Amino acid sequence: MKPLIQLNGVQKYYGDYHALRDINLTINEGEFFSLLGPSGCGKTTLLRTIAGFEDVSDGTVMISGQDMSGVPANLRPTNMVFQSYAIFPHLSVGENVAFGLRKLNWTKVEKSKAVEDALEMVGLAGFEKRAAHALSGGQRQRVALARALILKPKVLLLDEPLSALDKKMREQMQVELIRLQRNVGITFILVTHDQEEALVMSDRIAVMFEGEIGQLDDPETLYRRPNSRRVAEFIGKMNFLPTVVKSRGETITLDVAGLGACQISAEQAPGLSQGQAVGIRPETLAILFDGETTKGREVNATVDEVVYYGDMTYYDVRIKDVPEPLTIAMKNLIGRPVLDIGDPARIAWDERALVLL
Amino acid sequence: MTLRIYAIAYLIFLYAPILLLPLFAFNDATIIAFPLSGFTTEWFAELSNNKSLPRAIGNSVVIAVTTAILSTLLGICAARAGAMPRFPFKRSITGFVMLPLVLPEIIVAVSLLIVIRQVLGIGLSNWTIISAHVLICTPFCIAILNGAFQNLDPSMEEAALDLGETRWSAFRLVTLPLVMPGIISSMLIAFTISLDEFIIAFFLTGSNATLPVYIWGLLRFPGSLPVVMALGTILVGLSILLLTFAEIMRRRGIRRAGRKDTGGFL
Repeated sequence: MKPLIQLNGVQKYYGDYHALRDINLTINEGEFFSLLGPSGCGKTTLLRTIAGFEDVSDGTVMISGQDMSGVPANLRPTNMVFQSYAIFPHLSVGENVAFGLRKLNWTKVEKSKAVEDALEMVGLAGFEKRAAHALSGGQRQRVALARALILKPKVLLLDEPLSALDKKMREQMQVELIRLQRNVGITFILVTHDQEEALVMSDRIAVMFEGEIGQLDDPETLYRRPNSRRVAEFIGKMNFLPTVVKSRGETITLDVAGLGACQISAEQAPGLSQGQAVGIRPETLAILFDGETTKGREVNATVDEVVYYGDMTYYDVRIKDVPEPLTIAMKNLIGRPVLDIGDPARIAWDERALVLL
Repeated sequence: MTLRIYAIAYLIFLYAPILLLPLFAFNDATIIAFPLSGFTTEWFAELSNNKSLPRAIGNSVVIAVTTAILSTLLGICAARAGAMPRFPFKRSITGFVMLPLVLPEIIVAVSLLIVIRQVLGIGLSNWTIISAHVLICTPFCIAILNGAFQNLDPSMEEAALDLGETRWSAFRLVTLPLVMPGIISSMLIAFTISLDEFIIAFFLTGSNATLPVYIWGLLRFPGSLPVVMALGTILVGLSILLLTFAEIMRRRGIRRAGRKDTGGFL
């Protein structure tokens, strides 16, 4: 994998406001990379410094080994899909898509062929003559994609491209974007605040908080081994149990409230130095029904709350000596009953699912 | 019901004086009074024989067109700067630029006369009137164009930049067509203000009177009052034509941009 974009010590100030704090990042060729974070975390600012719409206050942005400082947006090998799509309303779909070709010395035939291909790629073949303002949200998004991809940029930047679509359309476009990225092989950098979207689509994800990168990993590592409590809380749901570290070394011995003594490996303990709690995901806990047994360990609890979702049931259960109830996600398999509030429950858990944060 | 009566009464109050114009323009009497004494086109004939009237109209049109273009150009610059997220001293500059809107015209006229004659020592000409009209029209243009520029999605211009256009060509290819309805409105307003502006023109006019100054001159001779009525009739007719044209242009612009129609003149 060849590095395509390198950010070294990038800082951005707006007056006194420190929007980007020492960002160091390498994004590879052909990668689907996501910048994930709550609003105001600097993810869009970071994307705009790569696009060339914002100058960096300090540090360098390199694309294909070339320093981009002083290079304006129109001369960078990047193209962008804007959150509002920014489809030019006074032009037709074809003219919108062909906009980037204006500066090229192509013949009319070559240009219209390129427009045709780009529209076909996004599933809008034959839409050239349509008025841009007569399109639906999903179609506008596709036009924006075709317009940005027609120049075959090295990097496609996507600024929350799916946030304006309804849930169904969004899920469909997620799959289409992944497929499109595989077909064209261009590096995609996606900005999103939707953790699920980032997990579904990305090869790697940088989670940002307050202008800093909190964690940079592939989706599975990010989900299973968050390196801090804020990452764990931002991505998915996690239960936290007060913990005391008893011994350190190759394996670490903990005393976890409600669960008792347990041992974890060093890689399960990113927060060993200040660790005061272990995290455990709701789906790694299970309620044992009737004769069921577990290879892991077991603890007794009482059902505190039941939320029925159809395919899943979410239980909040109380364990003795634990201040907060634990959330457990259970699949509604055939023959499995749904418990009531106040019912006793045996909880199966496993040391391998714990993360010390 | 009361609201309807009120609305009708208001419309009569607003338009009755204007309806009197054509009435007396075609009335066969030099005295403006009822009862009407008969139909004539004499006053229009007199208008067409008048030698100095075409000159006054020509003057006014030249001044109004130049004013419309210059003040709209200045307005575009100011509104564009005002739409930028970060522009040094934006608020205070905007405040000062809009100030002529509330200055009494007579004060502007007198002080400009002093500056032009006493301080700069320039002779009075159409250009002195144009510069003064640009001064009073620009705030109106900025107010109109601000609306057009602030409704514009800032990513539009960035998208054009991103697709390889320079700042200037992005502005020309994307921003300008999208704010064109605002530009046309701005030019029309400036044109209208300049065309019927009297006080400043009266103070700063050189050897060539503008139309309002010329009409004011006519009023000293009671006999020429019906001629003024005839002239007024033509002007009202032209205004309605112009306004209709502007509205057609505006609606076409909105339709093309696919936006919701919110207001307008007609």
